[in-house]
Amino acid sequence: MSPALFVAQRLTAFVLALAVTVHLATILYAVRGSLTAADILARTHGNIGFAVFYGVFVVAVAIHAPIGLRNVLREWTPWRGVTLDIALGLFSILVLALGFRAVFAVFSA
Amino acid sequence: MVGSALDVDIWRGTQAGRFQAFSIPRREHQTVLDVVTEIQRDHDPTLSYRFACRVGMCGSCAMVVNGRPRWTCRTRVNEVVRDGERLQLEPLRNFTVVKDLTVEMTQFFEKWQQAHGYFEPGSQPQEDFAIVPPSTSERQAADAGIECINCGVCYSACDVVAWDRDYLGPAALNRAWTLVNDVRDKGNTERIEAISHSDGCQACHTHMSCTQFCPKAIAPTYSIAGLKRVVLRRNLRIIR
Repeated sequence: MSPALFVAQRLTAFVLALAVTVHLATILYAVRGSLTAADILARTHGNIGFAVFYGVFVVAVAIHAPIGLRNVLREWTPWRGVTLDIALGLFSILVLALGFRAVFAVFSA
Repeated sequence: MVGSALDVDIWRGTQAGRFQAFSIPRREHQTVLDVVTEIQRDHDPTLSYRFACRVGMCGSCAMVVNGRPRWTCRTRVNEVVRDGERLQLEPLRNFTVVKDLTVEMTQFFEKWQQAHGYFEPGSQPQEDFAIVPPSTSERQAADAGIECINCGVCYSACDVVAWDRDYLGPAALNRAWTLVNDVRDKGNTERIEAISHSDGCQACHTHMSCTQFCPKAIAPTYSIAGLKRVVLRRNLRIIR
């Protein structure tokens, strides 16, 4: 792993540690009072803070996960080089697309 | 126990080979190296193994003893074999076997060079003795890893070396860390570049096998963690 990827992985890990904690705490808090999915969507609709938080979450995952997956593949398979980097670049784009699709769906619901 | 027989299985051959059984008298305070020496002298002079100092300084007698890498000169049979158990001796793992218990260590030492595990005085060496107070954090960090005897036990125990033969390994990275903390050294820019890549400190998974088995009670895992922090700091500085 190059120093740049190493730094990117560590920084996004820091972001994700906070984001996952907030995410889980929010879920626990939200379901406490028996809120329905419709109730939750009504609260997230048009909420810029929510969209920004989950937007950052998605970007961090899209950076962090492909780097980790690249390490696993390099260690456990003979796959190396440009094709591996391209494949994981595409994986990152896929995570971004799916993540932002979900964020947009919940924000604009 | 003393006076009874000790059954020993020793690896014979190269990468391909088999265990050969021997039986020798069990003695009080007998070390594993004593066992191998007795077998070579009294039973089979063709048995190959390596040793020099016999007192835990030279780092040449390490082997895998009952599945675990150890320095054999400072390992008593009593520590590893209970009554009725057999003693099994193999060459160190993650090395190419030359013959029997002797391994090829060239790659291990080459990695010390690749990790810039040597002192760099710079183009203008200091004119006077450098004063390095023992209380400084750099000196203490260097002290923690400086007693390495290059025995290869950590390298044999390391899972990352097992699946990536190009990984620099705990010993070389530990040595690099002691030099990163040597305030007299002038080669850190190149050294950090040399240890910061896919086969360098970033590859360590912190399994801590090296720390578990190091006979000198060094913790290469912490040295490697220190190198990771240095890599992170240097690269953040570049980004800023």
